[in-house]
Amino acid sequence: MKPKTKYVQVPSRSILPDRDIAREPVLECINLGITLGGIKAVDNFNLTIGRTEIAGLIGPNGAGKTTVFNLLTKVYQPTTGTILLNGKDTHGMNTMQVNKAGIARTFQNIRLFKNLSVVDNVKAAMNNEMHYNMLSAILRLPNYRREEVAAHRRALKLLSIFDMQDMADVRAGSLPYGAQRRLEIVRALATNPSLLLLDEPAAGMNPSETADLMDNIRKVHEMFQIAIVLIEHDMSLVMNICEGICVLNFGQVIAKGTPEEIQSNPAVIEAYLGRQSSHKEKEA
Amino acid sequence: MIFLNYFISGISLGSIYAIIALGYTMVYGIAKMLNFAHGDVIMVGAYVCFYAVARYNFNPFLGVLLAMIVCTFLGIIVERLAYKPLRQAPSLAVLITAIGVSYFLQNSALLLWSSNPKVFPSIIGRGAFKLFDGELSVSHITALTIIACLVIMVVLTLFISKTRLGKAMRACSEDKGAAQLMGINVNATISLTFAIGSGLAAIAGALLCSAYPTLMPTTGALPGIKAFTAAVFGGIGSIPGAFLGGLMLGVIEIFAKAYISSQLSDAVVFAVLIIVLLVKPAGLLGRLTQEKV
Amino acid sequence: MTMRRLINLKRVEARRIYLTYFIVIIAYVICQTMSSTRILSSTMRGMLVPICAYMVMSISLNLVVGISGELSLGHAGFMSVGAFSGVAAAILMQSVIPFAPVRLALAMIIAAIFAAIAGFLIGIPVLRLKGDYLAIVTLAFGEIIKSILNNFYMGMDSGGIQFSMLSDTTRLLPGGKLIIRGPMGISGIQKIATFPAGFILVMISLMIVFNLVNSRSGRAFMAIRDDRIAAESIGLDITKYKMMAFVLSAAMAGAAGALFAMNYSTIVANKFDFNTSILILVFVVLGGQGNMLGGIIAAAALTILPEKLRQFSDYRMLLYAVILIVTMLGTNNQDIRNFFAKLNPFRHKEPEEEEAA
Repeated sequence: MKPKTKYVQVPSRSILPDRDIAREPVLECINLGITLGGIKAVDNFNLTIGRTEIAGLIGPNGAGKTTVFNLLTKVYQPTTGTILLNGKDTHGMNTMQVNKAGIARTFQNIRLFKNLSVVDNVKAAMNNEMHYNMLSAILRLPNYRREEVAAHRRALKLLSIFDMQDMADVRAGSLPYGAQRRLEIVRALATNPSLLLLDEPAAGMNPSETADLMDNIRKVHEMFQIAIVLIEHDMSLVMNICEGICVLNFGQVIAKGTPEEIQSNPAVIEAYLGRQSSHKEKEA
Repeated sequence: MIFLNYFISGISLGSIYAIIALGYTMVYGIAKMLNFAHGDVIMVGAYVCFYAVARYNFNPFLGVLLAMIVCTFLGIIVERLAYKPLRQAPSLAVLITAIGVSYFLQNSALLLWSSNPKVFPSIIGRGAFKLFDGELSVSHITALTIIACLVIMVVLTLFISKTRLGKAMRACSEDKGAAQLMGINVNATISLTFAIGSGLAAIAGALLCSAYPTLMPTTGALPGIKAFTAAVFGGIGSIPGAFLGGLMLGVIEIFAKAYISSQLSDAVVFAVLIIVLLVKPAGLLGRLTQEKV
Repeated sequence: MTMRRLINLKRVEARRIYLTYFIVIIAYVICQTMSSTRILSSTMRGMLVPICAYMVMSISLNLVVGISGELSLGHAGFMSVGAFSGVAAAILMQSVIPFAPVRLALAMIIAAIFAAIAGFLIGIPVLRLKGDYLAIVTLAFGEIIKSILNNFYMGMDSGGIQFSMLSDTTRLLPGGKLIIRGPMGISGIQKIATFPAGFILVMISLMIVFNLVNSRSGRAFMAIRDDRIAAESIGLDITKYKMMAFVLSAAMAGAAGALFAMNYSTIVANKFDFNTSILILVFVVLGGQGNMLGGIIAAAALTILPEKLRQFSDYRMLLYAVILIVTMLGTNNQDIRNFFAKLNPFRHKEPEEEEAA
């Protein structure tokens, strides 16, 4: 079940789960914006994510949700605004540095290392916690063996969260679709993030797979006590799992709040569910 | 005045590179492949022209025309037999096949015409225009090369931008699948591209060998690589880029020969290419595509 | 159920690695026996060292093309840097180290270091580019290296080592010796490269690549190859790993170059031109990108093939080209059967015609 959360207004006019109020937020976006090809793809985007919050980022197609993820992970450099990650400005950082600073993500179009085995996909993400050098690897020195064994164990443990430990030696590209999506999450987790960004984790999944995914996301949240932001079109998933929701349309935030607030927000209904409600009216 | 002389010969050499580079750039634009056999089509064109003019006493322009016809067909046949079956294959496989075709053409030429260098007769004689009291001398072939390049540039630009076939070519280079859905015959368009590129290569072959009259089976290889460099220099896939790249490469090469060192001129040319690509990673007029995430 | 149908990569990979070592050792033992019992013709015996050198080149380029997924068209350049620096070093050490195998080993190490430095310097600009642009720039660097070595003079006299460019202006003191002579290259090389040395170099190269592939660096190379953006998103330093693969590959190519050069009495820079780079690339592509065993078999086969085709004299290079094209078409065309069915009359006629002519 969804944890009971009371949302509290903090000085920066954003909302946080009350358990995170006393702690520094994991992420703060201030006036974030980017112009792509002359169009303001994201404009004046403000968001605060609590240390252990599960938040949703929703909006119609083309609203700029993935662009926000790309800005946070510096796939695109923002044209305006500031991103504070764990209180630190990420200005001038690249994707790799942002990951080292604590953001991991998955992708809307799955981007696995297709020709590597499942466990190697996860171990590749542990690169920065291994320290042996090339020579140790070529000569198979003791520190190579020690670190590899430790990494392998941890990788299997992470895979077991998603029940994937049996597939460890399978080529990632040959996995079924749902398993590929789950592997992407495991790979992101392997980098020890403090903020996990999931881009449509349930896309292409059937209802039972989605339900399993929901349980897994909760499990991850509980085990690692990290913040999770997810982009999702599956409203039942979003409404069930997210404590706070941010709605984007045409690159701008049109509403923020708890699932209940969002569901009853007229601006959201107009932008997002508007078509559906008018549809219903017609039917009626 | 010496400077101007060098400059004009640079433009002339660059014109030849530009004409060859067009073949590379058009094929790359539409088939996304590096056609390393293109340089050898030049050589075949030059040989056909040589035999027509020197052995069978054809009118030189008829000889060039014959060479163009032969090369056009050669281009189409090579595309059909060697490249078309590999349309879905990894680009490296296509590259190696193109190199195989290049070896094939070179060695066929070796068997047919032997490795003895032939002295190519200039297609319009060896005369020269004397300007400024003879201080500036522009040979007829130099003038012809520059004029030919300008004519080709204008005609080709008009063809690409105004005609139906030209539009089909542009559409195919943007998105083959969408072009097919719009009723464009993609295979025919690709063949057309190879045909035009190869026909131009024949002209380049005749001009090249008129200016530098030694003809061997390997004659096309180095100019081929240089023209390829020119195409990348200008932004591969871009037709104005090929002209610009070709002309600049020619001028740089002649200046490097004249003012730096004739032995190191190739090194200078390639060094300039590297510097250009570092400043403009997609060449002078190329477009950089960003991967969608 | 599906699990059984999915390939178990780990087992397949381990098997392939051991098979590769095994085949190389067996091939060495057989060739060595045949060579010492003189069953092998003298031409074939003369080709053993070049074959080893080409095998190492194939492994080296496979690290860049197959494992790291970058196309390099100038690998012969690193081979020539290694050849020239290695041979020059061997000549300089001649009086100091009389024992040839040690001198050969040291020369190869020096060659690897010089080639690695060249690889690093070239890597700085090159690795910022992508795809075909990277390929053309490696081609350009290969040509630049060739041009420079063609105009490079080095000699030694009592005053030390002297260099000059373009023409011989080293002004050696009496008793001095000009080692590298521009377009004439180096001549009078002591042929100290041996087949066992070549075998050891192949084994070391295989060990480097195989052990590296199963380590954090190797995983990083392959992750970057498979998806650059995802690799960045998990914190991999793209530039660092690309550079690592490139430099390592250059070093191996350098050692191979030194081995190759010391099998001949004379070497010139023009030997290591664009065609050689392409030849090495052909080894890698024919053998299968990332497949070391395939690459070294292709290297051996394509070095022997022109020799075996010698009976067709003038036609051999033509045949070589046809074999290359047909193999590429055969291995890469999806509806290959339809294609060959259509081409069948051609395919059988062509070799016949050539043999008859």
